[in-house]
Amino acid sequence: MILPKLALRNLLGAGLRTWLNVVVLSLAFVLIIWTQGLYKGMNDQAERASVEAILGGGQYWQEKYDPLDVLSLEDAHAVFPDGLKAMIETGQATPILVIQGTLYPKGRIHPVFIKGIDPDQKLLSLPTQFLKAGEDRFPALIGSRMAKNTGLTVGDTVTLRWRDADGTFDARDVEIVQVMKTVVQSIDQGQVWVPLDRLRTLAGMEEEASLVVVARGSLERPQAPGWVFRDLAFLLSDVRQLVQMKSAGATILYFVLIMLAMLAIFDTQVLSIFRRRKEMGTLMALGFTRGRVIRLFTLEGALHGVLAAVVAALYGIPFLTWYARHGWALPEGMDSYGFAIGEKLFPVYSVGLVLGTTVLVLVITTIVSFLPTRKIAKLKPTDALRGRMS
Amino acid sequence: MENSYLIETHDLVKTYLLGEHTIKALDRVNLKFEKAEFTGLVGPSGSGKTTLLNIIGSLDSPTSGSAVVMGRKVEDLSHKEAATLRNRHIGFIFQTFNLLPVYTVFENVEFPLLLLDLSAGARRRMTIAALDWVGLADRAKSKPAQLSGGQSQRVAIARAVVKRPALILADEPTANLDAENSHHILQTMERLNRDLETTFIFATHDQKVIDYLRRKITLIDGAVAKDEPVEPQQRGGGKT
Repeated sequence: MILPKLALRNLLGAGLRTWLNVVVLSLAFVLIIWTQGLYKGMNDQAERASVEAILGGGQYWQEKYDPLDVLSLEDAHAVFPDGLKAMIETGQATPILVIQGTLYPKGRIHPVFIKGIDPDQKLLSLPTQFLKAGEDRFPALIGSRMAKNTGLTVGDTVTLRWRDADGTFDARDVEIVQVMKTVVQSIDQGQVWVPLDRLRTLAGMEEEASLVVVARGSLERPQAPGWVFRDLAFLLSDVRQLVQMKSAGATILYFVLIMLAMLAIFDTQVLSIFRRRKEMGTLMALGFTRGRVIRLFTLEGALHGVLAAVVAALYGIPFLTWYARHGWALPEGMDSYGFAIGEKLFPVYSVGLVLGTTVLVLVITTIVSFLPTRKIAKLKPTDALRGRMS
Repeated sequence: MENSYLIETHDLVKTYLLGEHTIKALDRVNLKFEKAEFTGLVGPSGSGKTTLLNIIGSLDSPTSGSAVVMGRKVEDLSHKEAATLRNRHIGFIFQTFNLLPVYTVFENVEFPLLLLDLSAGARRRMTIAALDWVGLADRAKSKPAQLSGGQSQRVAIARAVVKRPALILADEPTANLDAENSHHILQTMERLNRDLETTFIFATHDQKVIDYLRRKITLIDGAVAKDEPVEPQQRGGGKT
């Protein structure tokens, strides 16, 4: 047990050199946790927003429904079975009918998905209450990105065209009753939300739907022939892949940070072993074996990691906590990032992330510290005492 | 019959390769040392003094021949066994003191005891006693950089004697000291030799050290040229 004590004394005795390394390494620590926390926060926020806005606790898809295949969309609607009907009646699920259509804002053509949803639904955060209107109006809800792309605002009337169940083209003027601000692009870009019953009637698809969103937390999974249940793991896979892709960039950043910190420690170790040969010789003369000298010097290097963790905790915990509470205000252009984030990004630091980063840094520091000390294994005590390397 | 010598060397040879040349540092050295000797290896630079001291101290091993230190053949010792022998039975004093700069005087002296299985209390008692012997108890908290050359060497002596070794090997211990400090150091070592019956072997060509010796072994070109006792009346420095 004397080695850790000696190593710590030696390390602290080295003064400024030690603290420079420790500060660099602690910065790497904090930045890694911070950036990974941002990506975790981004992932969590994106998932939460998607779940609240459209995914719910999972979705039943009509077996032909594939949101990525517009050709099959024509046939992707059916009357839902009794099991799902019961859930819908008790408010445990809400149906959505999806058909392809075209919007003609200001003379331009905009292919869209027309989505019919129950204006009274409470399951999703979509502001569907705006779709409650009299028979004389045909209300439509669009997202802010869609509004920006089409130049539409609340109160505008625009022509919407679609094909009904028989393949006949039909068209109506719809009134934009609300432009919703949402971070979930999949309910915004190229989407027009209308009352479900109106769409069913106009499209000739009475009692039909393309998908049924199940309430969050509902464990009920009724048998539904002709319908496939898609759980959140499936529905969020795109979001997760996207976040993973984005975080790969961050991985390069923290690899560079770690490399810089490790380079400093490696350099210090090499310098230490070069400059402290006489000390090694003295230690051997006093009864240290070469193995013990190697362990001492390795431990000295590895303790940089431990000190860095302590220093990182001292300023990192307040910094990261503050950031987690106040979030990072994202610039407007972040919409182009590709998925739901929100106006502010709140980093999330999991125990696994903090422990994982700590263990990773400690292991790498130990390895980097050990590599130069292998030279000591060849060191003759007599050469060391003369300040020479064998 | 039990071996009564602390150290014995038999036909000790040490050669070094220097490029294509072989340098003979020790040439068939046969010596015996008893307990409580105060002996010096003298001779010009390159005569093999330090090499012999290193082999006796198990820091080096002979090319041929044998060196038996406290019943153990140095040439047969593993690194670990040699380290244990040094730690338990041999103290070293170096020309450049070799104190560990980040530790205090107390910690430097205590250092060899850390490897022994001793309680903190015992280590503390032994360290204070060693510092008392060399008259530096009041500098226990100082760092080596705050000490004079003479004080540093006294700390090195305290470090060498703290574990009460049977043997202390001192390589040019006064080379970096002025005359007054040299005499002070040598008197301290002579007193320890007398009080603790510790064997001291010096490698030196400093006349001040030679004046204190009770036995003088002259090495020339790695071979023993002369091995003679020094009578009390011949000693210039020693006031035993």
